Amino acid sequence: MKISLRSNPLYATIGVLASLFAVASFSYEGFFSLRVIANLFTDSSFLGVTALGMTVVILSKGIDLSVGSVIGFTTILVAYLVQDAGVSVPVAWGIALVVGVLFGAAMGALIVVYDLPSFLVTLGGLFFAKGMGFVISSSSIGIQNEFYDAVVGIQIQVGPGAYLGAGALAFILFFVFCLYLLKWTRFGRYVYAVGGNEDSARLMGLPVDRVKIGVYAFNGFCSAFAGILTTLYMGSGNPLTGVGMELDAIAAVVIGGTLLTGGIGGATGTLLGVLTFAVIQTILNFDGRFKPAFLRIAIAALLLGFILTQRALARGKE
Amino acid sequence: MSKDATPLLKVSGLCKRFGSVQALSDVSFELRAGEIHSLLGENGAGKSTTIKCITGVHRPESGTVELNGREIAPRSPREAELSGIGTVYQEVNLLPNLSVLENIVLGRVKTGALGRIDWKDARRRAKAALGKLEMDIDLEARLSSLPVAMQQLVALARALEVDSKVLILDEPTASLDEAEVENLFRVMNLLRDKGIGIIFITHFLDQVFRMSDRMTVLRNGRYIVTRDAKGLSKQDLLQDMLGKAFEEMQSRGAALDAIAEDRAGRATQLQVRSLGAPGKIDSLELELREGEVVGLAGLLGSGRTECARLIFGVDKATAGSLELKGKQVKQGVPSESIREGIMLASEDRKAEGIFPHLTVRENMMIALQSRRGALNPVSREEQDAIAEKYIKAMRIKTSGPEAKIKELSGGNQQKVLLARWLAAEPKVLILDEPTRGIDIGARAEIEKLIESLSEDGLSMIMISSEMDEEVRCCHRVLVLRDRKVIGELRGSAITESAIVRKIADHE
Repeated sequence: MKISLRSNPLYATIGVLASLFAVASFSYEGFFSLRVIANLFTDSSFLGVTALGMTVVILSKGIDLSVGSVIGFTTILVAYLVQDAGVSVPVAWGIALVVGVLFGAAMGALIVVYDLPSFLVTLGGLFFAKGMGFVISSSSIGIQNEFYDAVVGIQIQVGPGAYLGAGALAFILFFVFCLYLLKWTRFGRYVYAVGGNEDSARLMGLPVDRVKIGVYAFNGFCSAFAGILTTLYMGSGNPLTGVGMELDAIAAVVIGGTLLTGGIGGATGTLLGVLTFAVIQTILNFDGRFKPAFLRIAIAALLLGFILTQRALARGKE
Repeated sequence: MSKDATPLLKVSGLCKRFGSVQALSDVSFELRAGEIHSLLGENGAGKSTTIKCITGVHRPESGTVELNGREIAPRSPREAELSGIGTVYQEVNLLPNLSVLENIVLGRVKTGALGRIDWKDARRRAKAALGKLEMDIDLEARLSSLPVAMQQLVALARALEVDSKVLILDEPTASLDEAEVENLFRVMNLLRDKGIGIIFITHFLDQVFRMSDRMTVLRNGRYIVTRDAKGLSKQDLLQDMLGKAFEEMQSRGAALDAIAEDRAGRATQLQVRSLGAPGKIDSLELELREGEVVGLAGLLGSGRTECARLIFGVDKATAGSLELKGKQVKQGVPSESIREGIMLASEDRKAEGIFPHLTVRENMMIALQSRRGALNPVSREEQDAIAEKYIKAMRIKTSGPEAKIKELSGGNQQKVLLARWLAAEPKVLILDEPTRGIDIGARAEIEKLIESLSEDGLSMIMISSEMDEEVRCCHRVLVLRDRKVIGELRGSAITESAIVRKIADHE
């Protein structure tokens, strides 16, 4: 077990997810069903998308604390554009994505040009985006729009009573895209290189600065995308949405086996990490005896377990 | 190897200055295709600076580098690499978390539709590059899973993949064992036969004689001579490398032996008996006399620093004992060691040594205060007196005792650190890399200080990766390898090459 863990830390995540799911399936009637599995994807679509973006950031040895606020900002921006400004939905989405990318790229540029810690720059980004959300509207804006209804209506039946909605489909497609990006493109491999050893990557002639800016721009896109999925899920925009989501995303990435020290991990682990979140949430829904707070406590225990495992693996290597 | 053809690489008149130090003045040499050309000189002779000027890490103030008769002025290692100059350093500058394949080709992969990397082509090229070395390394293996020697070959393969005409190998054998060195030499010969020009830098003179066709000697940043390896004697080469110092060294031998003899006859200060801890050091025996300076020499990871930490007690020993002037000292408790008079001036000045926001005076007082205990404060008058005394005695350049230590230069910070320990009146002072990161002038002053402290009877244990420094300062040197003491040198027998030979010849 130990040797296989070292060669592939993903096994730990798979083990946790499988045993959680197995225990729940034996304990609760109706848990082991395609419907529940399909809902895992639907419920975790926006956390999933933002966690995938966070994976890329963490692989490059950075961190992005702004994602929750950017998600909140995006929901209120889209709702305002569609509902109050009368902009068509595709255009509103386009604007939101462009704003997200530019915001991320600006943070990336600050990090690169002034050699600032990503933690501080994105902490600034967190406050800025949150503030800007309230500038647009301090209260929730409901979205009543035919296009929205049509998109929300999209679903694919994958089994009896089991449907994948627009959010779930977007999450799955985006996961496949990220897999491709990280494994098959220059950008993806450079992200690993930068996270592995930035100085070496520079000496090897890789475009380190461009990659780092690209990473934050990409994560800005992911946050905006997750924000749009949130508006689909909630049918409204609210600047308070997404508070603390960055921490959930980081937790999901870590549980998925991506090392905070950069360079090791990937999208598959994050998918599993996000699903682990969703399974625990579903268990809470099935079993009224657990208080909602149990989710956080379970995540805390899992995180601690994973950090200790990673430390043990790193020690073993020395 | 025709002699009249245009040289592959022609370096002419390189000059480079760092602040007030003229690192290179008018360095010129030529590298032919298909030769191994050693660049020789003592530490500080200008070898690294020359290489860095060629590879675009530094930009020379004047002078030119021509490749195949065409002038190049690379602004980065990347540019140098593109024009055909590959470099492999002692420390492998690759990506430990990626595969061998990616370490060879990353940055130069072809992409197809949708930006998809053509891994097939990449694999073919990586294989071809490894093929040039006649090496077969698993392309999918993660780099960190390979031994350093293999990683170095991967770095070589990367350099060859761009079709380098010039290869620079900077101390490539320093961390390799004998079989690995043989393999590297085999590869070097192979590449020479393919017409690549290799610049080879190493401390090991035996390797220089064995591998090079020609050699160029630098001394004090100046070009001295280029010679054919054939028919050259070691004596002549040393004369070239050391210049006047060579004769001095030979005449100074008698005096050195006398001092070493004198120290060996003094009373024992510290007796270390089979001190050891697993993974740190095997059973260290050391008898340190009053006023004696004993050096610990060896490669990185040989156990030098571990010795220091065990004696001082930062790490706990599992076996052995320490006696100071015949009295048992409790091992493993640094505060106890300090009280008894064993002190360690640590290697990493920034992380373990100075408190940047405290003043020079405050930084000096820490050890003395710790020795006296918190309930027995050092009076302000005494503090001022001590600070004044050491600032004067050690010629510390500071605006005064109340200046923040972070405002001082590295060399002066180091002096304050030394003063800190000296103020606490140690019996045994362990100096771990006392001159790391400070300039040559300050280094000489610290060496002088060590000498005068020794005359005053302070016993010292010195660790330095600059071997020449131990050669100058120590009365006795213990040579370590693989966490064991494998030999001892005394007096005039302490030379860089003797130390290197001891390390290399052992098994």
